[in-house]
Amino acid sequence: MTATQERPADEVEREIGRDRRRKEDQRLITGRTRWTDNLQLPGMLHLAMVRSPFAHARITSVDTSAAKQATNVVAVLTGADLAETAGACINAWAITTDQVTPAHPPMPADRVTFAGEIVAVVAARSAAEARDAAELVEVEYDELPAALDLKEAAAATSEQGVLAHPDLGTNKSALWRFDSAEAGTGGNVDEAIEKARTDGIVIEREYRQQRLIPAFMEPRSVVVDPTGEQITMWSATQIPHILRFALAATTGVPESKIRVIAPDVGGGFGGKLQQTPEEMITFAVARRLGKPVKYTETRSESLMSGHHGRDQWQKLTLAATKDGTVTGLKVDLLADLGSYVAIVGGGVPVLGAFMFNAIYKFPAYQFNCQTVLTNKTWTDAYRGAGRPEATYAIERLMNELAAEVGMDPLEVREKNWIRHDEFPFTTVAGLEYDSGNYEAATAKAKEIFGYDELRAEQRRRRESGDPVQLGIGVSTFTEMCGLAPSRVLGQLNYGAGGWEHASVRMLATGKVEVVTGASAHGQGHETAFSQIVADRLGVPFEDVEILHGDTQISHKGLDTYGSRSLVVGGEAIVKAADKVIEKAKPLAAHLLEASVDDLEFSGGRFTVRGTDQGMAITELATAVFAAHNLPDGMEPTLDSEATYDPVNFNFPHGTHLCAMEVDTETGALKMRKYVCVDDIGNIINPLIVSGQVHGGLVQGIAQALWEEAVYDESGTLVSGSFVDYLLPTAADTISFEIDHTTSPATTNTLGTKGVGEAGTIASTPAVVNAVVDAVRHLGVTDIQMPCTPERVWKAINGPGAGGATEGAAAPHFDASTGMEGTVDRTTGGTDA
Amino acid sequence: MIPAQFDYVAPTSVEDALAALAQHGDDAKIIAGGQSLLPVLRMRLNAPEMIIDLGRIESLRGVRDDGDAIVIGAMTPHAVVGSDPLVNEHAALIAKAVEHLADAQIRHRGTFGGALAHADPAGDLGAPALALGAEFVIQGSGGTRTVPADDFFVDLFETAIGEDEILTEVRVPKHTGWGAHYEKFVRVAHQWPIVAVAAAVRVDGGTIAEARIGLTNMGSTPIRARAVESALAGQPATADGVRAAAEQAAEGTTPPSDLNGDADYRRHLARVLTRRAVLAAAGS
Amino acid sequence: MTRISLTVDGAQVSDDVEPRMLLVQYLRERLGKTGTVIGCDTSNCGACTVHLDGTSVKSCNVLAVQADGGEVTTIEGLAQDGQLHPVQEAFRECHGLQCGFCTPGMIMQSVDLLNTNPNPSEEEIRLGLEGNLCRCTGYHNIVRAVQHAAGQGAGVTS
Repeated sequence: MTATQERPADEVEREIGRDRRRKEDQRLITGRTRWTDNLQLPGMLHLAMVRSPFAHARITSVDTSAAKQATNVVAVLTGADLAETAGACINAWAITTDQVTPAHPPMPADRVTFAGEIVAVVAARSAAEARDAAELVEVEYDELPAALDLKEAAAATSEQGVLAHPDLGTNKSALWRFDSAEAGTGGNVDEAIEKARTDGIVIEREYRQQRLIPAFMEPRSVVVDPTGEQITMWSATQIPHILRFALAATTGVPESKIRVIAPDVGGGFGGKLQQTPEEMITFAVARRLGKPVKYTETRSESLMSGHHGRDQWQKLTLAATKDGTVTGLKVDLLADLGSYVAIVGGGVPVLGAFMFNAIYKFPAYQFNCQTVLTNKTWTDAYRGAGRPEATYAIERLMNELAAEVGMDPLEVREKNWIRHDEFPFTTVAGLEYDSGNYEAATAKAKEIFGYDELRAEQRRRRESGDPVQLGIGVSTFTEMCGLAPSRVLGQLNYGAGGWEHASVRMLATGKVEVVTGASAHGQGHETAFSQIVADRLGVPFEDVEILHGDTQISHKGLDTYGSRSLVVGGEAIVKAADKVIEKAKPLAAHLLEASVDDLEFSGGRFTVRGTDQGMAITELATAVFAAHNLPDGMEPTLDSEATYDPVNFNFPHGTHLCAMEVDTETGALKMRKYVCVDDIGNIINPLIVSGQVHGGLVQGIAQALWEEAVYDESGTLVSGSFVDYLLPTAADTISFEIDHTTSPATTNTLGTKGVGEAGTIASTPAVVNAVVDAVRHLGVTDIQMPCTPERVWKAINGPGAGGATEGAAAPHFDASTGMEGTVDRTTGGTDA
Repeated sequence: MIPAQFDYVAPTSVEDALAALAQHGDDAKIIAGGQSLLPVLRMRLNAPEMIIDLGRIESLRGVRDDGDAIVIGAMTPHAVVGSDPLVNEHAALIAKAVEHLADAQIRHRGTFGGALAHADPAGDLGAPALALGAEFVIQGSGGTRTVPADDFFVDLFETAIGEDEILTEVRVPKHTGWGAHYEKFVRVAHQWPIVAVAAAVRVDGGTIAEARIGLTNMGSTPIRARAVESALAGQPATADGVRAAAEQAAEGTTPPSDLNGDADYRRHLARVLTRRAVLAAAGS
Repeated sequence: MTRISLTVDGAQVSDDVEPRMLLVQYLRERLGKTGTVIGCDTSNCGACTVHLDGTSVKSCNVLAVQADGGEVTTIEGLAQDGQLHPVQEAFRECHGLQCGFCTPGMIMQSVDLLNTNPNPSEEEIRLGLEGNLCRCTGYHNIVRAVQHAAGQGAGVTS
């Protein structure tokens, strides 16, 4: 910036659009970080949880006597002990007025509803001693039948089948419906389907969205210090503000007496968008014992008890004319909530409800979603939350339609998508898409990918009967992000708004502090927000400090999820910065002895039009600090805040192309090439955007190929460690080719769109479409995710190819029993 | 998570280690590199009262030439084995398998003898050791005995090593000039093999003169694919020559079924991977 | 309790520890070296990677007593005289980190990789990092960072 000091304002290099290296990195690459688990407070106690091995059981007794006698144990507490003080885990979004929502005590006293639920807690002077004592807690259970299969659970009643909560009389939590004919946004879908059965095409498919685990790298950790007037909680959370609200609302402790800090947080992906039993228990134990208390979960605990994602069955009916024009889409979902309705819970599939029609002009649309309670770990947001499920379904279906009518999958899309000259466009789901250009993104992606050449190679391999076949997968996605206009959330019965808050503080020394209600956990807010403020106020990037993640510093906010931080939080910062300029203007006029109307603000300076007179905004900050010479009546501050409520969602889109080699002899898959061209509007920091896209892609690819939370028939999580819940490594992934087209958003000042979830939303169908495309000529139309080599091979070779290719539910490394499938890994003479 | 409490000794000689083993019997567990044992202890799936660490016994480390065999000390880390010139020259199959074993950090710390004594049927070293006819030198208070590979692997996590004995070294007969390949099938790189095939072949004028094949994770122990070996002898080292023989790879195997594949799929993989491993070993 | 003495990031330390204490716990809880983190309990994730006697190990899979007499380098000891190691620089330069939790282990393993192979191919980099999980970056920019560091001669200088 020093080089730009003397240049005229209009030549100042803009920060927005620069590949700024991240401010966050210095501490992260040197190990000088503050993860919650790093905290050590004087006299701190450590917790260990006793968890249920059963999916569903009545707790008949909990004997804590031996544990209480163990070395350095301070307390052993049960659900009965904490019933009055632990508060409750809340569901913030009853998706219907008659939603069935089981009460969710952080530690139940009478009945456990999933394997991993907490039944007792030990507080001891060290974590090791707490764990030693936890092993001594004797819990007796009366095992109950468990509702595990989603479809069976949906069909169960008090009379027949198994109920996850017998007292509720049903497993059905809520049925959420949208019908375009009723909403007045389109036609009648049943009529469209009937007509297509006569003279068009009807495609009916059922897809499985397997259960996933967010698997952030930092296990959740929480520290509560009740010393002093306030109770301070540090937590590895995405949502310090919402957490504080929930703690106060359910424990009766005044909100003003609670401070929540999210220090450095090691990833979230939705998985730390929760008010957890562990947080509530730690809070309760710390209050009860009057001592600082820490709980850090193990990875096994994290996988079994942190909320899971996805887990839907999707029944889809697409009606089209014979030329490939879609005339209607009907969606029937079953969504597995697990044993409780989590904080967003049933709202996750509802977030997808508006996206099944995607980038297309469907004349009729109906969406029905039944949320279902089972005796599994609760489900909630996982990167994309509802929108990946919707995108997967429609992008798979569009390929089926292309195959049916004998068209290229991109051609059939083009036939149905919204043309760039049709924006703004109100969709059949009732959303107004502000901007986009699907033609441009697709053309660019095809060119980078070498689409035609790869199609030619595919033909050659097919004709020669090559054992390695090539598939080309297409996904032209859009998503709604920037959660969310509060009015819309209100219409959907969500329990909060969707605004974001920011304040800008002008320090006397010329530095700028920006407080945001967004709460970063890897996104690079400190860097990107600094760039925005540097441009807006014309101050050096280095002089901007972004403060976040502490309710005492950032008193107001709605945190980070749903690709909202930039498009909602960033806009709040813009508005607060603009208020600073507005406040400074009369002071500048006063000190420059000019009229306000003659002032211009550019490059950080107010100048008097037509003169060389001017003052930097930082000089004005100093003047305000002194307050010696202010205009009459002026409050001596430039500090400003803004709370921004978005007027609309925003709608990034893109075209993703994947080339996949399929070894037909083994079913092994090898990704050859992945190209994506995303339109996320204007870009603040291209480097950070590239990271968001790459990471998002791999999470989506991982759903397609590797990840699945599998339970055995007794309700034990089989994929309960990283040995069996397969995350990809560097060796399993490739380098990606990413590019952009730019259709600025028209609904925010910066013209930006969200990018945090785009890669994940788009990539899953691109990959599965590629796999299916490679072997479609062998009679395969579906392979259930994750597309394991076994499933691929069986789809090619087996009878009923491509059907329910579920693997046997046995882990390689069983965290709960020490068995490897039927193999006991613990009795070897020596070890490696 | 944190292991349960245990006592710990780190003897500096095999004799002292054997004495500690004799003293503590069933309550003791030997730790070599610890790369398989420590996760088990951390998950509290096992809680021995005494851990006897062989890490301070220098005599158990290293690779040496012993005439018609090379001798690998039980406590030699995988990374050392994999890059050892003797191993690469005379037992290339082992070097190839080590290359794929776990990850770099584990190869630095884990040991050759430890992995073999752990006897995980999905471990990467059993099949090559079996294929090459390795001999296991086991020391007890009564002296030293040598167990051939065919008798070493008894069952899941069970070997011929007695409770009062220690594996000290492994003698691998020289297979100088043999082609070798370890074909490992995984879904993600850090996974245990779903199936793997260890193949060493001696090719003479385009014909497979001899072949030695070991299978990983196709039963409760590593398995020698003898039917394939016999069928390969005299066959041309070509895809067609190898194909029929490789079809016998799954004979006599009892592979597990788990998240990564059922037994039938594993049998199929064994056949395909055997063909590929043999061809790669033969340089075809 | 067992008495151990070792060198950590250049400093001599000596402590009585329970034999069950993992090296990573010793580093974090006794020495306050919280730069090294714990991400799993099965030694899959590699977040805890440090160097022990010159090569990379997973410090959650080593007992502190096993490291007795050894020399440990953690992420906190990598920079010399206030100068970042070229691999640290490269991770920042190439945006090879987001949340940063895997980063200490990822950097320590990358340093080890370049020490053995100063000019790795992309495939060798990817295989060399197979023991380290990252959930944020999709590995793309991590691979770029290691390539960048190799180009800066990181493997030669360290």
